[in-house]
Amino acid sequence: MRALTRRDALVLWAGTAAALVDPRPVRATPSEAEAAIAEFTGGKPVEPGRIAIGLPEIAENGNTVELSIAVESPMTPADHVTDVLVVGDGNPNPRVATFHFTMMSGRAQAATRIRLAATQNVIVVAGTGDGRFFTARKEVKVTIGGCGG
Amino acid sequence: MAEKPRLKVPKDAKKGEVVEIKTLIAHPMESGQRKDDAGVLVPRKIINRFTCEFNGKLAFACDLEPAIATNPYFQFTVRVEESGTFRFTWIDDDGSTITADETITVA
Repeated sequence: MRALTRRDALVLWAGTAAALVDPRPVRATPSEAEAAIAEFTGGKPVEPGRIAIGLPEIAENGNTVELSIAVESPMTPADHVTDVLVVGDGNPNPRVATFHFTMMSGRAQAATRIRLAATQNVIVVAGTGDGRFFTARKEVKVTIGGCGG
Repeated sequence: MAEKPRLKVPKDAKKGEVVEIKTLIAHPMESGQRKDDAGVLVPRKIINRFTCEFNGKLAFACDLEPAIATNPYFQFTVRVEESGTFRFTWIDDDGSTITADETITVA
């Protein structure tokens, strides 16, 4: 092995510096999650309750986390859930998904698999046909982050 | 998109029954956050909307963000009042759509 030349040293240093400034995916701040919720509700008041969130306490792999949501609702023309927003306050983009239910859905219930970049709160907001909003949240501890982070 | 979506829909149901449906489609759901081996950001390419119609009427839909995992899976319910056809549609960021149909007999 030859001795380290000045050029080699420079290349090495540049590589290290690039690695140091390499930005990690920017995390959403809780206020960004709040902004996404405010956009969804149009600033209307949000009541806690009515929503059951199915999520693990600890997610070993943030790349695929089972999520289920169920909103208590008779799903009648007078009282039914129309839209359900899911946000994560620790993801690069707080929005996760928006479910749209109809009278034909029968139940305001759905499940999917989501990515969580880090330990964070998953917040669910449900909107009803008569313009009311309900919310629930659950913290998930993430061992290995998703989203390529 | 060579691989066909996987669907789990009951073959028959009683009138007014709420049936459970499961769908899975093969898709990388490229988040736009990931870098390739050369350190270049891989552009976002996801399924951004999924819909389920029954006899031409919208029954369930979802707007997907990059935080939906690879190979999007959905479980949801539909109340069926008559025999008919479910149409499932997945819309890609590139504008292409994938559709699949499944019939149900309602007695």
